[in-house]
Amino acid sequence: MKIHEYQARRIFRDHGLPVPPERVAETPQEAEAAAREFGGKVVVKAQVHVGGRGKAGGVKLAQDPARARAAAEQILGMDIKGLEVGKVLLAPAVEIADEAYLGIIVDRSSQRPVLMVSAAGGVDIEEVARDTPEKIHKIEIDPRYGLLNHQAMALAFELYDDLSQVRAAARLFQRLYAAFGAVDASLAEVNPLIVTDAGELLAIDAKVTLDDNALFRHPELEELRDADSEEPAETEAREKGLSYVKLDGTVGCIVNGAGLAMATMDLIKYYGAEPANFLDIGGSSNPEKVVSAMRIILSDPNVESILFNIFGGITRCDDVANGIVTALKQLEVDVPIVIRLTGTNEKEALEILESVGLPATSSMDEVVQKAIELTKAGAR
Amino acid sequence: MSVMIDSSTKLVVQGITGRDGSFHARQMIAYGTRVVGGVVPGKGGQTFDDSVPIFDTVAEAVEETGAGASVIYVPPAFAADAIYEAADAGVNLIVAITEGIPVLDMTRVIPFVAERGARLVGPNCPGLISPGKSKVGILPGQICEPGPVGVVSRSGTLTYEVIHHLTGAGIGQSTCIGIGGDPIIGTSFIDCLTLFEADADTRAVVMIGEIGGTDEQEAAAFVEREMRTPVVGFIAGQTAPPGRRMGHAGAIISGSEGTAKEKMEAFREHGIAVARRPADIVDLVKESLG
Repeated sequence: MKIHEYQARRIFRDHGLPVPPERVAETPQEAEAAAREFGGKVVVKAQVHVGGRGKAGGVKLAQDPARARAAAEQILGMDIKGLEVGKVLLAPAVEIADEAYLGIIVDRSSQRPVLMVSAAGGVDIEEVARDTPEKIHKIEIDPRYGLLNHQAMALAFELYDDLSQVRAAARLFQRLYAAFGAVDASLAEVNPLIVTDAGELLAIDAKVTLDDNALFRHPELEELRDADSEEPAETEAREKGLSYVKLDGTVGCIVNGAGLAMATMDLIKYYGAEPANFLDIGGSSNPEKVVSAMRIILSDPNVESILFNIFGGITRCDDVANGIVTALKQLEVDVPIVIRLTGTNEKEALEILESVGLPATSSMDEVVQKAIELTKAGAR
Repeated sequence: MSVMIDSSTKLVVQGITGRDGSFHARQMIAYGTRVVGGVVPGKGGQTFDDSVPIFDTVAEAVEETGAGASVIYVPPAFAADAIYEAADAGVNLIVAITEGIPVLDMTRVIPFVAERGARLVGPNCPGLISPGKSKVGILPGQICEPGPVGVVSRSGTLTYEVIHHLTGAGIGQSTCIGIGGDPIIGTSFIDCLTLFEADADTRAVVMIGEIGGTDEQEAAAFVEREMRTPVVGFIAGQTAPPGRRMGHAGAIISGSEGTAKEKMEAFREHGIAVARRPADIVDLVKESLG
C-alpha cells in the first residue's frame, strides 16, 4: 500500500529522523495560511502516489504566502500521470549544500532488507542504478541483528567527510531502519537527504510503501489509505476480497488465480484485442464473489464482452456457475458473457449453466476468441 | 523417479482440522500420500477422520511417526511460527501453502530454515506432486499423469492449465512444483532446475514464470550454464501495467525491472524455447523430448 509523503514524514519523525515541519492543504486558502505560519519561503508539493512529481510541475517554490496560494491553486486539481492532486504539502524551504539518496527496500535476490545510499541525490534513483550503478552503495541487513553501527558508519563515509556528519548520518540510517521495521514497510526512502548551509542533515522528502500482507497487525496504518487515489471499483474489489486492476481494453475477464488471470489477459492480446482488467476471484468458491466481480466489471463502460476462465482446483466450478446465474438475476447485464470451466465439479457446473441457456467451453483459447468476436471491433 | 517427494514421503499436516487443512488432508490421503499425523495445538491425542493421529507439536509428531515432511495450512498471522516450528522439529521438507505472510517475517524465516538444513517450498504456493506417488499441497491430482516432464512454476491455476495440456497430449510429469507467488520464497527456480537436472527420469522441464523480480533471468543463465535437460518456458504478464501488483505479492513490475518482455528475451538468449500461449507448450515439449 502506498501512502503520501506527509504521512511518511510523520512516521519518520516519530522514529527520530530530522524532518522539517509540514502542513497539508486542500485549498489555496489553507496553503496561504500554512505559508504565513511558516513565514518566509516555502515549498509546495503535490501529494500523489506517483514518482516524478517535480518533473510534472507538481513541486514549486514560493517566496511568500500570496505566491504559495498561487502555487497551490496551480497544483491542486492538476493531473499527474492520471492521478488528480487533492492535497498539497507545505514546508519551509531550506538552503541545500549537498543532496544524497537514502533508501531501504526488501531485496528479492538476497532475501534481505538492503540499505542503499548514493551521493547522487534528488534525482531518479532508477536512472542512477541503470546508468551509473557504481554510484550506489549498498549493504544487506541481517534482520536478526539489525543495521549494525559499523555498517551504518561505512555507508555514511561514502557520503560525507566530516566525522560529525558521518555519525549523524549513521544514526539517521539506523532510525530509518527502525521505522522501516516498525511499520512493516517494503520500501522507505529519503530522496533527497540534504546537508543545510549550516551543516545539518535533514530528510526533506519521505516515501514509504507498506507491505499489504502485514497490514493485519497495523490497523492504525490501514487508516492512512487514500481511497481517492484509487479507482472506486478497485476499492470495492479489495473490500470484497478480489484482486482487480482496471485496464483500458474492451474484453472483461474473471479468472481464478493470478497467474492464469495474467495469462488470460495476454491471450486476449495475442488474439488481437485488449483486456479491460485483471481480476482474480481467488481460491474460494463463494458465489457472492462472482456476483461482486460481475458488478465491478460491468461498472466499466469500456467493457464490451465478459469472459470467465475458471480452472477448478480448490475453486469448485459449480459454485462459480451458481454465482453467474445469481449475477444474471441480480444485475442488469447488457454485454455478452462467455464461459470456460474445467476441473473440479465441471459436469455439475455445465448442467447449471445449460439450465439457463448459457453455453460453456473447456478451452481457454476458444473462450478468448469468442469474447473478442463479441466486441464491436470483433464483430466488424 | 521424481524430486523432493515420492511414495516413501511421510507427511504431517499443520492445521489439519482447519477449513483448508481438513479438505486437503483428505484429498492428499485419497491420492495416496502417506499422511502420518496432524498438528493442532490443544488437540493432541485426538484423531482426524478416525485414521490420522493429531499432536500438539510438530516435534512430537516427528518423534512418534518419523515424518520427514510437513505441509502448512495455518492462517498468515501464525504461518511464520508454524515454519519455525517445523524446522526446529527436524523435518527435511516444509511446504507452506499459506498466502499473505508478511515479507519481513520471511526475511527471518529463510535463514532460520536454512541453518537447520531444511528445504522450504513456498509460501503462497500450491505445493507439489509426483504423479502416481504422492502429493503435498493443493494441486488437483486427477489432471496429472506420471511421465518424463518436470514442471516448475510461480503460479497455481496457470500450472494446472499447463499440466492439463501436457496430460491431454499424453505427456506425463515426473514432479510438478509450485514455488509460490511471493517476493521472498524458500525454493527458487534454480533449486528446482538443479533437482530436475540430477533426476534421470526427468527428460524435459517446463518453467512457468511471471512478471516481477529477476529469478527467471537468473534461472535462464543457469539453464545454459549447467543443464543438459531441455527447458521450455512461459511467462505470464505481458499485458500487465508497471507498478501494479497483479494478485501475487511478487507479481509487480518495479520501474522498468521485471517485465515479461525482458524475461522472455532472457529465456531465448539462453536457449530456452519460449511458448507464446500455454497451449503452445505441448509442441515445444514434444520437440525437446525428440
